[in-house]
This record gives sequence, structure tokens and C-alpha cells, in this order.
Amino acid sequence: MKKTVLSLSIAAALLSVTAQAATTVTIGTVNNGDMIIMQRLSKQFEKQHPDIKLDWVVLEENVLRQRLTTDIATKSGQFDVATIGAYEVPIWAKQGWLKPFENLSADYDVDDILQSVRNGLSYEGKLYALPFYSESSMLFYRTDLFKKAGIEMPTQPTWDQVKGWAGKLSDKDAGVYGICLRGKPGWGENVAFLSTMVHSYGGQWFDMKWQPTLDSPEWKAAVTDYVNLLNQYGPPGAASNGFNENLSLFASGKCAMWIDATVAAGLLFNPDKSQVADKVGFAQAPIGKTEKGSHWIWSWALAIPNSSDAQDAATQFITWATSKSYVELVGQQVGWTSVPPGTRRSTYENAKYTEAAPFAQPVLQAIESADPTHPTLNPSPYTGIQYVGIPEFQAIGTQVGQTIAAALAGQMSVDQALKGAQSSVSRTMRQAGYGK
Amino acid sequence: MQDDARRKMWTTALAWFIALVVFFPIFWMAVTAFKTEVDAIATPPSLFFTPTVENFQEVFARSNYGRYVWNSIAVSFGSTILALAFAIPAAYAMAFFPTKRTPGTLLWMLSTKMMPPVGVLIPMYLLFRDMGLLDTVTGLMMIYTLINMPIVIWMLYTYFKDVPNEIMEAGRVDGATPIQELFLLLIPLAVPGIASTGLLSIILSWNEAFWSLNLTSSNGAPLTAFIASYSSPQGLFWAKLSAASLMAIAPILVVGWMSQKQLVSGLTFGAVK
Amino acid sequence: MTTLANQQMTAKPAKNTREIDTRPLLWPSVIVLFLWMIVPLAMTLYFSVIRYNLLNPMLTGFAGLENYTFLFEDPALWTSLWNTLVLVGSVLIITVVFGTLFAVLYNAEFHGRGVARLLVIAPFFVMPTVSALVWKNMLMHPVNGLFAWLQSLVGMEPTDWFTNYPMLSVIVIVSWQWVPFAFLILLTAIQSLDQEQKEAARIDGAGPVDMFFHIVLPHLNRAISVVIMIETIFLLTIFAEIYVTTSGGPGTATTNLAWLIYSVGLLQFDVGYASAGGVIAVVLANIVAIFLVRTVSRNLQQG
Repeated sequence: MKKTVLSLSIAAALLSVTAQAATTVTIGTVNNGDMIIMQRLSKQFEKQHPDIKLDWVVLEENVLRQRLTTDIATKSGQFDVATIGAYEVPIWAKQGWLKPFENLSADYDVDDILQSVRNGLSYEGKLYALPFYSESSMLFYRTDLFKKAGIEMPTQPTWDQVKGWAGKLSDKDAGVYGICLRGKPGWGENVAFLSTMVHSYGGQWFDMKWQPTLDSPEWKAAVTDYVNLLNQYGPPGAASNGFNENLSLFASGKCAMWIDATVAAGLLFNPDKSQVADKVGFAQAPIGKTEKGSHWIWSWALAIPNSSDAQDAATQFITWATSKSYVELVGQQVGWTSVPPGTRRSTYENAKYTEAAPFAQPVLQAIESADPTHPTLNPSPYTGIQYVGIPEFQAIGTQVGQTIAAALAGQMSVDQALKGAQSSVSRTMRQAGYGK
Repeated sequence: MQDDARRKMWTTALAWFIALVVFFPIFWMAVTAFKTEVDAIATPPSLFFTPTVENFQEVFARSNYGRYVWNSIAVSFGSTILALAFAIPAAYAMAFFPTKRTPGTLLWMLSTKMMPPVGVLIPMYLLFRDMGLLDTVTGLMMIYTLINMPIVIWMLYTYFKDVPNEIMEAGRVDGATPIQELFLLLIPLAVPGIASTGLLSIILSWNEAFWSLNLTSSNGAPLTAFIASYSSPQGLFWAKLSAASLMAIAPILVVGWMSQKQLVSGLTFGAVK
Repeated sequence: MTTLANQQMTAKPAKNTREIDTRPLLWPSVIVLFLWMIVPLAMTLYFSVIRYNLLNPMLTGFAGLENYTFLFEDPALWTSLWNTLVLVGSVLIITVVFGTLFAVLYNAEFHGRGVARLLVIAPFFVMPTVSALVWKNMLMHPVNGLFAWLQSLVGMEPTDWFTNYPMLSVIVIVSWQWVPFAFLILLTAIQSLDQEQKEAARIDGAGPVDMFFHIVLPHLNRAISVVIMIETIFLLTIFAEIYVTTSGGPGTATTNLAWLIYSVGLLQFDVGYASAGGVIAVVLANIVAIFLVRTVSRNLQQG
């Protein structure tokens, strides 16, 4: 009896030693395809670092954002690695919630990361998150339908051209809609798209005094075109279509054109996931008055909360998951089209990638030419193209998204919608203490 | 007699027709779970396809399904047992020994459920952080016990009120304490009521998605968190989500199936009388 | 609220006249529920009068009634109150009517009764987010959905549910989930109906319709009250279905109070403002409860 007790306590002691030796890193991440691949390949990281155990919390985007924000803002320390977007990084860095990345090894080659991506993840000159993948927006079109209609797609179409083509290519009896666009309300859904359209039409969210300008003629022109395009040539139910709904519409051959995130390229090009894999073309997002702000830039990046108690292990993991060798690993194990796009120049210099992915060049061009620090034709006080880099934007975007969706659904006119949006944005800004 | 047979036939037809219509969305989800992602979004909907278990394989490879199921079972059963332990005596007291305050107490209990959880998330989060209950099964179990208790008390109260006092009188042994009466007389009589109340509480806990998503991350996370890792990613997800959903509701369907007998045991108070 | 409720209802004479001390039975529940109510309520009241935004720690201090003023200025508040009432009311009517009819139907003898009953209860087992996703994308979607396909088979234009009938669509989904609940409760209740009484009525020549209105329905009175009370509590805070399908839109067509609080509380992380909304929600819920008490509680006290 005594013996058992003794051996048990020895075993317990041994267990506690190993438990102390292995640091657990809790990773909160989005359930997008690239992160799922990361989760799968992370077994290799654990093999290389036997003293680090990874614990994955994979959630849909909105739930994750809500979860991470409460945790980090209350300094609860549940997460050691947080997957956050380009919108959050500077805001959270400003609050002192994130640990900056400094003294990265030469091997990591931080200069290889695209400049525009790094800018988006920095605050006061310091990098607060390392990019896992980045995306811009572009125009997807059906090469077969364009050929049949005898239209040549330029590398950079204009909105006037797009409007004309949408009418020509729309064939509702055959179940083909001229254009698919985001209509589902939300700051990351219809507002993201519409914001690029407004910026390119020469409009902006705020003037230099932080007064909202949603009642300007530019907004009116952009929103009118958007509503007309979708109502005349768009699919039914456009007001509830987000990225995913449009992806499934385009992938099942229902859309002639679609303007959305560049990550869709890899999905549409994959014959397992798309019925139009062999007839999808890529062009830059259309422009109106100006090229500025005509397409967005977004990064999903990995950051370390200051409240984490495993910061060293977390740094090791993040520098592994965003490294050149990780890109190589995905290329070999999963396939080159699945490589996380838009972060490293070396990826785009790799012949294996550019050969496998014909969309590599247009994507790179879109990402490099997007400049969130100068999103508007006329001077504006904010950064961000499809968002405004202030904490209040989530609320503003949600309200505006709702009103635009109401105009799209025909519940109110564009004029009424913009007037309503203008006053609700003014209210929120007043409440937040702007212009006081 | 023939009339009865015909009536039974019509009842069977009607009841089954309605049952199938009501069940159809779940059936459709189950079918989709065996499709590929491309088949899942095909129009017209593909009725004939080669079934695949690929979605299930991927779900198993990606998530620690066992842990989620275990947490869900522990949390929903644990909280239900706790809630019943608190509620049975309370409902008994209120149903058989009502006072002037009873109606008010009952309503007040229900009113504790009216606080929208979003409004109190941050304070609760801070409280949980300081008590070390974040991401634990215990913490979640406590919350569920409290949010379900008012409903459990209410339902038990109504079921207990249905028990005719005469039966209680008849079975009453001189000198038996109210506690003995509760265990020896009332509980055996009210099994269907307690069973359906318990089942309801289990289902409500099983499906609760606000507290579970916000207060747990991995060690204490139940199936709602499992579902949240399959819904709405960038990309097509209907088939995988269907597979995951099917896996998430399968255990609770089994529970429902097993308690079916208890729920409809046909034990009627009237018959006892 | 409690005092008001007390005035509405007069306790009926005690069922049992024996004097016993029920405190040890009742108090454990009362005490834990009291703590569970008072702590968050006090916190919510406190947060509703300060400036507290999670994303902006610079903003602090006593706000007085500022949060409430902003809330009452919000045109969405009144729409959301109305929408909440419409949603709760319609779903209540639908679930009680269908729940009762189903309970009567599935209480009758027929082949495979056990399985059929389980199929009808099944929707209640599905997590709200999942059922909303299934309805939205696999059934009601105007392009990919099954309904659209069925409509096109008979030569109809597919209905664009969430754009043209947003509230109706949400009501359909929510009802689909809650009819089984009403059914479950009412089925359990209907089984305690006295068989002899039923037989006697039948021999007296009462038809099924008479029997339903004069014997079954009165018997179910109390169970229906319970269904209404419990469902009201849950329906007032319906959230997941709206979140998945319409995000409160288009416009504010499906914004209910829960969604409004969510959008300020967790999209904007303005705890102060959300708490003010929370207080309004509690007040509203209590008004509804008192109203319900007037109409419903009499049934509860009978028997």
C-alpha cells in the first residue's frame, strides 16, 4: 500500500515537472481556410519545439473578435496569440494592449514583408503584429461570357464600363446575373465594398474637422449606381449576400462579374470548390474619378496580448507561422495555390507560386497599390480604405450598412438613406466626443 | 370498430405528414452533410449524388470533438441536476404550502431571467477572471444552473399543482415530515413532469451560445464553440457545417429518444385517481 | 415590479392548511437567485450612468443620464421596441395554436407515434445559429435555396424572403424552433387529462370540436400560460436568428431590442450605453410581465 502511494507521488511529481517544462500557448484564430491549414501544419512546429504545446481556439470571425476584445481589454490573459485584422492592430496598440515585435532575427527577414502591409500593422513606427495573409479587392469575371459578348477586359476597368457590361451580360432567364456585389449589412460586409466605391468616386467619410460627409454628391452618385446596378442586374436577395453568399453564387456560375476580396481567387480557381474554375478571369477593381481608395487592403495578423504569460513561446510560434519557410512548407505539403498570399515579396518571386497561381500578379499589384494612409481624393483626417481607423467605426459602419441595405431593399430612397446615415453618424461622433 | 380503424389511418397519415414537414430542415441538413461543398450549393439542389464522409473526417481531424461533447454533457447535465435539486423543494413548497407571497415570488424568479446578457457580460467576465472560473466547466455550470432555475421552478410548480391533493392526502402517513412526503409521494407521481422539465433544461443548456462562447475558450468549451468554428468562414462551408451540426445535435437527439418513454409514459394523475 | 405583481394577484386560499415551515425548502433557491439578480442589476445600473467604453479607456467619468439621453434620441429605439413586440406576439400566437393542435393530434393513437413525436420535437434540439443558417442558405435563399427551386418548378418567381419579408422570415424560423417547445409542454399536460371525463363527454354525444373547446382547452389552460410566460422571456431576447439572417435589417426592419443592445454593446463595446439599453430592456420585460400577469396569472392560480 505504502509503495503504491510512494510511486504515485513520484509519478505525480514527474508529471508536474513535465507540465512545468511545457508552455501552453493558446491561439485564438479565425476559421478561414488558411488558418485551418496553419492549425494542421502546426504539428510540425510542436515536433520542433517539444517544450511548447499549442492549444487552438478556432472561431468564426465575429465571435472571435468579440471574444478577443473582451479578453484583452479586461487583461484576462486567456490568449497568448491573437489573430486580429489591420483595423484592430493600430487601435489596440494605442491602448497598450499588444506587445511590439522588435529585434526580429535576420533569418526572419522582416523587410521581405510588403511595405503596405507592414504600414497597416504599425503604430508610431513599431510593428505590433506579423501578417499571416493579406488581401485586397479585385474584379472577378467569367472569361467565357466576356468572349461570347465580344468584350475585352482591360487590366483596370472603370465603373462606367462595368455598368455597361453588367447590362449586356445579364441573362436572368439563363440564371446569369450581370454583377454580384456585397449587400449584407455590416461594417465588414457591404460597407467595406461600398467604401471603396465611394472613395473612388471622390467621396470620403469625414472632412478634416471630423464632420461626416455622407450627404455629399459623391456619396449620392456612388450609392445610386450601386443600388441601380444590383436592382437591375444583380441576383435576387442581393441585400442579404455577403462574401460567402456571393462566392457560392459565382462558383456555381450565376455571376458574370463580382468585385470582392482577392482571397476568392484561390477558391474560385480550385476545381474542387468551384464549377467555373477554368473560366474565371481577374482584373483590378474598377475606378471612378480617382484610383485612390478604389480597392482595399486587409491583413489577418498574429499578435501577442500584453496580458499573455507565454510571450516568448508565442513569439516563437508567430515567427514560425509567418516565416518564409512556412510558405515553403504549405507549398510542398498542401499545394502552391494554397500558400498564404499577400505578405512576402519572396512568395511572389517564387516561380513555383507564380506558375501555379495565375492570379498572383494581379493580387500583388492590388495589394501594393492600395494605400490606406491616403485613401481619398481630397484631404481627410483618417487612415483606412474600407474602414476608418477609429474605435467608433464598428458602430458607424453597422448603422450605415443597415441604411444602405434598406435602400437596396427598396424600403427608402437613396436620398433618405444617406440623410439618415448622415444624422446617425453625426450622433455617434458627437457621443464619442468628436467636435466638442 | 371500422370507424376507429379508419380514423386511426387518417390520424397516422396526417401526423406523419406534419412530422416529416417539421423535420424536413434537419433531414436536409443531414443529407447535405454527406455532400461535397460543390454539390451542397448546386442549383437545382442535387438529390442524387455520391455520398461522402469526407466532411466528417475533416471535422474529426480539425477539432477535439470528444472534449466538446464531454464538456457539453457535463455542463448541461450537471447544471440540470443542480437546478432540479434547488427547484424541486422550492416548487413543492410553493405548490402545496402557498402563502400570500407565493405568486409574487414566482414572478420575481422569472424576472431574474429578463436581464439581457449582453448588458452584464463585462462585469461577469471580470468576476469570473478574479475567481479563476474563466474557461472552466464549473463556471459555466454555475451560470446555467442560475439561468435555468427560474424556468425549472415554474414548470415543476405547474406540474405539481396538477397532482390532486387527495392523492397526497391518501398516501400521507401520520407523522411524515414534508421532506419525506416529497420524496416518497410526490416525486414518484410527478416523474413525467420532472423528466420533461429536466429535458428542457438540458436542451436549453446544450444550445446556449452566449455565455459559453464568451466565458470559455478551450478547456471548458462546449459544442456551441465547436459549431462556431465551422460557421461562416471565408469560403464554402455548408457541407462541413452540416456535418458538424449533425454531430452537435446527435447526442441530444439520443437523450431525447431515451427520455421519450418518460415523457409520454402515459402516467396520468387522473388514472391514479 | 414584485410589489406591482403582488397587487395584480391575490393568493388563493392555501391548498394545504397544515402549518409548516417551508423556508428551508424555498430559501436556497430564493437566495441564489437573489444574488444572481442583484449583483448584475446593480452593476448594470452603475455602468449605465458612467462613461465606459472598452475600446476607449480615455473616456471615463460620471455621465449622469447622458447614456439614456442618447438612447432615447436614437430613432432605432422605438422601431426596435415595436419590432420586439411584433416578433414576440406573432411567435406566441403561432406556437400556442400549433402547439395545441399538435398536442391533440399526437396524443391520439396511431402507428409509429413515438418516432413521429420525436421528429416534431427535434427542431428544438438544434442550436439557433445552426437552424438560422440552414433556413437562410439551404431553404430560403432566392437562388440556391430549396424553396426557390420548388417555386421555379411550378413556374413562379422565387421569393426573396429576407429582402421583401424580413420580419416574416424571422418569425417563421423562430416559430419553427419554438412550436416544438409548446408542443412538448402541452403534450405532457394533455396526458393528465382525465380519460373518464373524455369518455363521458363522448358518450354524451360531444363531437371532437366540442370536446376540444369544452374539455381539452380548459384543461390546458395552465400549461398554455406556462408556455406563454416562458416563451416570452426567451423571445424578448431573440438574437442568434437575427444575427445570422438579417443583421437587424434591411434598415431596421428586424432590429429588436436585443439586437440593438448587441450592436452598441459588442460591436462598439460601449458598456455604458449598452447598460442603459439593458436597463430599458429590463423595464420593458417587466411591463410585459405585468401585462401578462393580468391576463395569464388567474389561470395559474386555479386548481
